[in-house]
Amino acid sequence: MSKVRILAGTRKGAFILTADGTRKDWSVSGPHFAGWEMYHLKGSPVDPNRIYASQCSGWFGQMMQRSDDGGETWNAVGNKYLYDGVAGTHQWYDGTPHPWEFKRVWHLEPSLTDPDSVYAGVEDAALFHSADGGQNWTEISGLRKHDTGSAWQPGAGGMCLHSILLDPSDAKRIYIAISAAGAFRSEDGGTTWKPINRGLVSKYIPNPTAEVGHCVHHIAMHPARPETLFMQKHWDVMRSDDAGDNWRRVSGDLPTDFGFVIDVHAHEPETVYVVPIKSDAEHFPLDGQLKVYRSRAGGNEWEPLTKGLPQSNCFVNVLRDAMAVDSLDSCGVYFGTTGGQVYASADAGDSWQAIVHDLPAVLSVEVQTLP
Amino acid sequence: MTSDAGRRSLEPARVRVELPAHLRTLAGAPREVAIVVSGPVTQAAILDGVEAAYPMLLGTLRDHGSQVRRPFIRFFGCGDDLSHISPQEELPRAIADGEEPFLIIGAIAGG
Repeated sequence: MSKVRILAGTRKGAFILTADGTRKDWSVSGPHFAGWEMYHLKGSPVDPNRIYASQCSGWFGQMMQRSDDGGETWNAVGNKYLYDGVAGTHQWYDGTPHPWEFKRVWHLEPSLTDPDSVYAGVEDAALFHSADGGQNWTEISGLRKHDTGSAWQPGAGGMCLHSILLDPSDAKRIYIAISAAGAFRSEDGGTTWKPINRGLVSKYIPNPTAEVGHCVHHIAMHPARPETLFMQKHWDVMRSDDAGDNWRRVSGDLPTDFGFVIDVHAHEPETVYVVPIKSDAEHFPLDGQLKVYRSRAGGNEWEPLTKGLPQSNCFVNVLRDAMAVDSLDSCGVYFGTTGGQVYASADAGDSWQAIVHDLPAVLSVEVQTLP
Repeated sequence: MTSDAGRRSLEPARVRVELPAHLRTLAGAPREVAIVVSGPVTQAAILDGVEAAYPMLLGTLRDHGSQVRRPFIRFFGCGDDLSHISPQEELPRAIADGEEPFLIIGAIAGG
């Protein structure tokens, strides 16, 4: 029988949650790297026992860990992230130039074909790559050196590169997103990049339709439809059907379209999930009721999913990398909260159970579907 | 500390270094490790030795590129804060002779 393995990164360590394909009874292992901030863990699609984990601390900086046995044991690998050439400046919060400074790895994206190849999205925003299992890292500097780079500025959480999408149909195509610069696409494996933000409207920047400057919170893609992208922006849920060249708003009947996570059903490319958050000033669900919203129409028409989720006095947040889907026949959907819960649905969101209630604040959730 | 700096012996120094808890876990090391220093016993020489013995600690104490101490790392010894002296300055003889440990501390921060 198939199994699922959830990799949960939290403020104070990593946790690995496993269950068989029924997804009813869960085993919890952890904390791994107790006391460290674990921004993201992700397994290789071609070797699920190969897992990369970003480990960091305000005191001791960035570490990178690698497991070759599905998270049973770990080894520290390379943690040297040096910007290519003169780092230069970007815009600070007050609009003044500010030197590019490496802070942490927010997101790891293992290659679709090679377990030793992995990308890292970092703060201050840049894309790094390792071709040797994480031992050595090289900046893919065409992104940061884009003509608009000096105009990028941080969002409230820092100037992070948080989304990396690899196109399974075109090994040269990469999408990334940065808070608060926007989304970018490369068609040549990362050498050159194009901002893909046409159609985004952000009232909190001087020119609401500027080429860059948008606070994109997360982007998602179904592997069978690599030209179709879904975006949770600071405000607005967006969709593109031309690889990001043009976006349109698909918030539709959502009660609020502020939020962080967005993901796509494993088998239904038009089924999308978001967790609406009240506002940029109040990072918790509306009316203290935690609701996942699902659209089966690729946006605009949304239904609240509440069965098994707290519907009173719930004031948690769901951060941008804290939702994932498995690929079992009945698609599993998972998300973690800043209150330390990890919720699982084995029926595509119709009903939910809390696997764990009291972890440290959850920063990221990934899931592996294992044979 | 400079008046008391330097070693009596020309033999390599065996410096006692205390690591903070998170780095002990990371390195799989005990609370106190012995670091052999061949030349003058300086902050830089001790950190070179710590990093050579425990390569996974590279970047955790000082910046990879600039070699500058990370902001929330402090060095104490002989009752003094040694964080702000030059990394090339000789440390007190008691540290060089192994009578007193060189303490690597995560600065107190937060509540």
